[in-house]
Amino acid sequence: MNTTELIAEYREFSPRINRIGARDFLLFVEDLTAVFDGFKAVDIGAWGVKRNELRVVIGPNGAGKTTLCDLVSGKTRPTTGTVFFEGDDITNELEADIALRGIGRKFQTPRVYDSLTTFENMELALPGSRKVRRFFGRSASSAENEKIVQILERVRLKDDRHTEAKHLSHGQRQWLAISMLILSSPKLLLVDEPAAGLTDLETELTAELLLELKDEHTVIVIEHDMDFVRQLDSKVTVLNEGRILAEGDINELTANEEVIEAYLGR
Amino acid sequence: MFRDKPNHVRCVWALFLFGLIGIPALYFSGTISIDTVNMLGRYLAFAIAAIGLDLIWGYCGVLSLCQALFFALGGYAMGMYLAHHGGPEGIVDKDGWKLPACLFVVYPYEVGEAPGDAMVPWFWKPFFSLPLTVLLGMALPGVVAAVIGYFGFRSRVRGVYFAILTQAITVAGWLVFCMNNMKLCGTNGLTRFNTIAGFELSSHGVKFGLYLLTLVCLIGVFCFCRFLVSTRLGRVLVAVRDDETNLRFFGYKPYMFKMFVFALAAALGGLGGMLYTPQMGIITPEYMTAKWSILFVIWVAVGGRGTLSGAVLGALGVNLVYNFLTTSWPEAWPFVQGLLFVGVVLLFPKGIAGLLDLIRFKRLAKRNVEA
Repeated sequence: MNTTELIAEYREFSPRINRIGARDFLLFVEDLTAVFDGFKAVDIGAWGVKRNELRVVIGPNGAGKTTLCDLVSGKTRPTTGTVFFEGDDITNELEADIALRGIGRKFQTPRVYDSLTTFENMELALPGSRKVRRFFGRSASSAENEKIVQILERVRLKDDRHTEAKHLSHGQRQWLAISMLILSSPKLLLVDEPAAGLTDLETELTAELLLELKDEHTVIVIEHDMDFVRQLDSKVTVLNEGRILAEGDINELTANEEVIEAYLGR
Repeated sequence: MFRDKPNHVRCVWALFLFGLIGIPALYFSGTISIDTVNMLGRYLAFAIAAIGLDLIWGYCGVLSLCQALFFALGGYAMGMYLAHHGGPEGIVDKDGWKLPACLFVVYPYEVGEAPGDAMVPWFWKPFFSLPLTVLLGMALPGVVAAVIGYFGFRSRVRGVYFAILTQAITVAGWLVFCMNNMKLCGTNGLTRFNTIAGFELSSHGVKFGLYLLTLVCLIGVFCFCRFLVSTRLGRVLVAVRDDETNLRFFGYKPYMFKMFVFALAAALGGLGGMLYTPQMGIITPEYMTAKWSILFVIWVAVGGRGTLSGAVLGALGVNLVYNFLTTSWPEAWPFVQGLLFVGVVLLFPKGIAGLLDLIRFKRLAKRNVEA
C-alpha cells in the first residue's frame, strides 16, 4: 500500500465524519502540519491510533517524531489541522487539560524532579492527586503507597525510594520517568525513546513493561533502536521528513525499499 | 538541645529561647536598652517578610523583586491607621473626620480650623479601624500579587524576565507613592504617630509589647509556612521549581501554584510591614526603592534559600552585622555586604543554613563511623 492510499484509508475514519472512527480511534489527527520558520516539521494528512493498541513510530533523525508528540500533548500548537482524542477536538487545549483528559507523556531525556525523592516523585503522578483538598495531606493513602512500592519494585527502584532523584543514574531516572507515567495511568501514553541510554538488560525490562500496558492502555512508542522495536512486536509507522512513509509489521518494513532509502539514503 | 536537630527545629527553639526569654531577661535586668529591643523587633518584622520571599523564591524558584513593595504596602496600611490616630488633636474636615497631620507638608492651619477643600481622602477612611487595617494590610498586597501573578505566570513570564517585571512594578509603586497629589504624603511618608489601639507608642512598655507581638507573629508564620511546605503542596512547589514544564504534562497548572504562593508571600510581606511601621515610627516610599528589593533578596540568599530557617537567619544576621558595623565602622558596611553576597553565591550557595546542615551531617557521619 502506498502512502496516498494509506492516508486516504485513515481519512475515512475521521471523527468529524465517521462515528465508528470517533469510537474506535483513541487518537486521530487530521491535516496536521507544524511549520517552523518555513520548514514543515510535520505534515500528516490523516493518521490515528486505535484503543488498546501499542504503536511504534520510527523514522530517521528530524523525521518529526518528537514534534508529533508535542502536537498531541499540547506542547506545540499545530500550524493547521486538528487533533482528536476520544473523538473530541483537543487542538487548542492547555497541556494540563490535555493531561487530565488522559494523555501522559515521557520526554526523550527523562525528566524527574531532582530535589524530591523517588517516592515523592511517584506521589506527584498519582491519579486524582490534583484536587485541592489532597494538597494539604502529608502523604499517600496506604493503597496508593502499596501501588507505588509495587511499581518501584518492578523497576528495581524500591531500595532507592528515599533517595533524591538527582542521585539516580541515567537508567534509573529513565525508569522513574516511565514508572511515573505508568502510575498516572493515562488512557494514552506517549513514550519518547524509552530505551535511550539503557543497557540491553534494562531495555528488555522496559519492553516487557510497555507490553504489559497494552491490554488496558493505548501506547505510542517512539524509538530508534531496531532491536527494541522487534521486541515490542507491534504495528509500526514510519515517518520521514514529517510525512507518513509506510506502516506495517517491522519485518515487512525493513524489506521496504522506500524505508531503507529513508534510513540509509542520505 | 540544639545538636543534631534539623534547622527548622533549632530555629523555633532559638526564637523561643533568645526571643521570649533571653532578650526580655536582658532588658529587665537593664543590660540592653529599650532601643535595642525596638531595633530587634524591627529586624523580626523583616524576617517575616523574608520568609514570604523564601516561599516564592526558595521553594517555587521565582525570583521576585516585589517583596519590598508588598512590605511597604503593609507598612503604609498601618501608617495610615497610625496617622489617623496621631498628630495634633482637634482638626476635623467638613464631614467630621480628623485630618491626619502628615497629609500636609507643613501643617498650615490653626487647631480647630480646616478649610472646606481639605478633606480626608476616601481611601484613607477604611484605615481608621484597626481590624480593617490589619485585614487590608495583608489582603491588598495579596491581591496585587495575585493580579501580577495571574498575568505574569499565565503568560509564562519566567526567570530573569519576571524579576525585571517585578522590579519595574516596584519602581512604578515608588513613583506613585512619591507623588504629592496622590494624597499619600509624597516623599515625606507617613509620620507623627502617637498611639496604637489607644496605647502611647513612645512608652517603653508599648515598645516592648510590639517587640513581643512581632516575635509571636514570626514564630506563628514560621510554623505555618513550615507546615505548608511539609504537605504535598510543598512538594508540588519544589516540583514547579525543578521542572515546571514536565509538571504540566502530569495535569498540574504551575501558574496556579505560583500565583497562590506569590500572593501568600505578598501577604506575609504586608504583615512584616505592618509590624515594622509602629516600631520605626515612619514609613516612606524609600522602602520601595531598588535598594530594598535587593536587600530582601540578599537576606534570603545569605541565610540560605529554600530553607525557612535560612530566611529568618539571614534577615536577623545580616541586619545585626549591619547594625554593628554602621555604628563601629560605617565605611566598611557596603563592602562587607557585597562580600557577603558574592561569598554566598560563589562559596556556599545554600547559605548559612546550608553550612549548618553540612556541619551537622559531617558530625553525624563521624559518629556513625565511630559507632
